[in-house]
Amino acid sequence: MNLILQVWRQDGPDTKGRFVRYEANNISDHASFFEMLDIVNEQLVEKGEQQIHFSHDCREGICGTCGMVINGTPHGPDPGITTCQLHMRRFKDGDEIWVEPFRATAMPVIKDLVVDRSALDCIIQAGGYISANTGNAQDANAIPIPKRDSDLAMDAAACIGCGACVAACPNASAMLFTSAKVSHLGLLPQGQPERFERVRGMVETMEDKGFGNCTNHGSCQNACPKEISVDFIARLNGDFLKAGFK
Amino acid sequence: MRSVFSLYRSSVGKKIVMAISGIFLFLWIVGHMLGNLKVFFGQEAFDHYAHGLKELGDPFLLHGQFLWIIRFVMLAIIVLHMWSALSVYLQSRAARRLGYRKTDDLTFTYASRTMRWGGVILLVYIVYHLLHFTVGSAHPQFVPGAAYANLVIGFRNWWVSGFYIVAMLALGLHLYHGLWSACQTLNFNNPMLRDLRRPVALLITLFIVLGFCSVPISVLAGIVTLP
Ligand code: HEM
Ligand code: SF4
Ligand code: FES
Repeated sequence: MNLILQVWRQDGPDTKGRFVRYEANNISDHASFFEMLDIVNEQLVEKGEQQIHFSHDCREGICGTCGMVINGTPHGPDPGITTCQLHMRRFKDGDEIWVEPFRATAMPVIKDLVVDRSALDCIIQAGGYISANTGNAQDANAIPIPKRDSDLAMDAAACIGCGACVAACPNASAMLFTSAKVSHLGLLPQGQPERFERVRGMVETMEDKGFGNCTNHGSCQNACPKEISVDFIARLNGDFLKAGFK
Repeated sequence: MRSVFSLYRSSVGKKIVMAISGIFLFLWIVGHMLGNLKVFFGQEAFDHYAHGLKELGDPFLLHGQFLWIIRFVMLAIIVLHMWSALSVYLQSRAARRLGYRKTDDLTFTYASRTMRWGGVILLVYIVYHLLHFTVGSAHPQFVPGAAYANLVIGFRNWWVSGFYIVAMLALGLHLYHGLWSACQTLNFNNPMLRDLRRPVALLITLFIVLGFCSVPISVLAGIVTLP
């Protein structure tokens, strides 16, 4: 199939970006979206032009490195997948595809479609851990945990930190990411001693880094490749309120 | 102290202020709507009700005092509500300076996207409404104390009734998202009841919007008239 791409090109964090039009011809519909970009990039290299920069690593939807906004949707039109799992059969011959970076003040563009997501790491550093030294790993099931809690904690732990929730949010808020990280530890017994310090630290850091404020639009859940639920945001709000009186 | 301060400083804390003030405004709206329905029981019943509002608190408080206390409390609540809305709006606006060329709407409901403009419409409406039926300066034939007659004459004007109805639709959108959103903000998220939040918010919203709109519609339809 033949496609028209409108790709955001930006040389560096402090330069102005613009959309550049490319033609991607003879693309197999078995190709992944990234393989399609690889083909376009090869042609650019042959012509002596700069490749389109984009970040990726595992290309199987587990690392959280990739991510771009495709026709207005982070990770593209299919729900529940990362950009690297998107395939060209999703598009039609002759389609025009707009490709933009995740846009948020707290996640500035490094180059083209690559954004700096270290602000999300700072949120983790502010409490997304358990600091008790517990020695070797225990036997499985040594600490009994209700099935409902362990399932919920696992759902929250599925977050791969890609930042699509921030990209999708009309407020550029990182509440879905932060709430997933807060809940995944806060639901388990090991996470209890630091539960309120954690939520406070992580929310404060989130705000200091310049993310926006959640107004419960729900776009984050719809964009999330791991389909993390906004229920975790309610949980975070509840924990944060309790932390205010501790 | 540090913890309470962090509550105040953070947007999560401001949302809690917004949700609690919103719930008070909502409760007040319910009372106001139910009171308005007295208009269907005739001039005497309605004027008696309007007059009775001023006598609330009797004999502890003098004529009209309780109403003034309520007015000040309501004003304070609205100011808190708007302050939190404005400060989280400014924070969110700074969080994305350069927007997308293409945007696909991924939000759960249309109502959530109307909150900010809807809030401004409500504010304009509230000011007009007070000038219209409370102060009387925006009313063509206002007679202090003659609540029923003021209402019927006011609503006989199609433009005025139309604006009231539009404002109530804006209120409906605001409440439909607001009630659900306040549940999220206050962690009212019990797995057994969670899925009821949307339908219940919708039912309450319909109840309120229909209740308010029934009054101007009945005046225009000639059901509620001057004797
Ligand atoms: C007429 C009475 C009003 C009622 C009953 C009401 C009720 C509510 C409720 C329950 C919320 C949800 C709080 C939350 O998200 O947790 C809310 C949010 C909000 N209200 Fe109101 N409100 C009223 C008037 C206003 C006015 C006059 C304004 C502004 C001038 C306003 C602006 C907002 C904004 C901007 C939000 C946040 C929307 C968001 O989450 O994005 N409201 N309101
Ligand atoms: S919550 Fe979902 S969208 Fe947000 S960072 Fe985690 S995996 Fe990505
Ligand atoms: S490259 Fe690892 S999730 Fe897409």
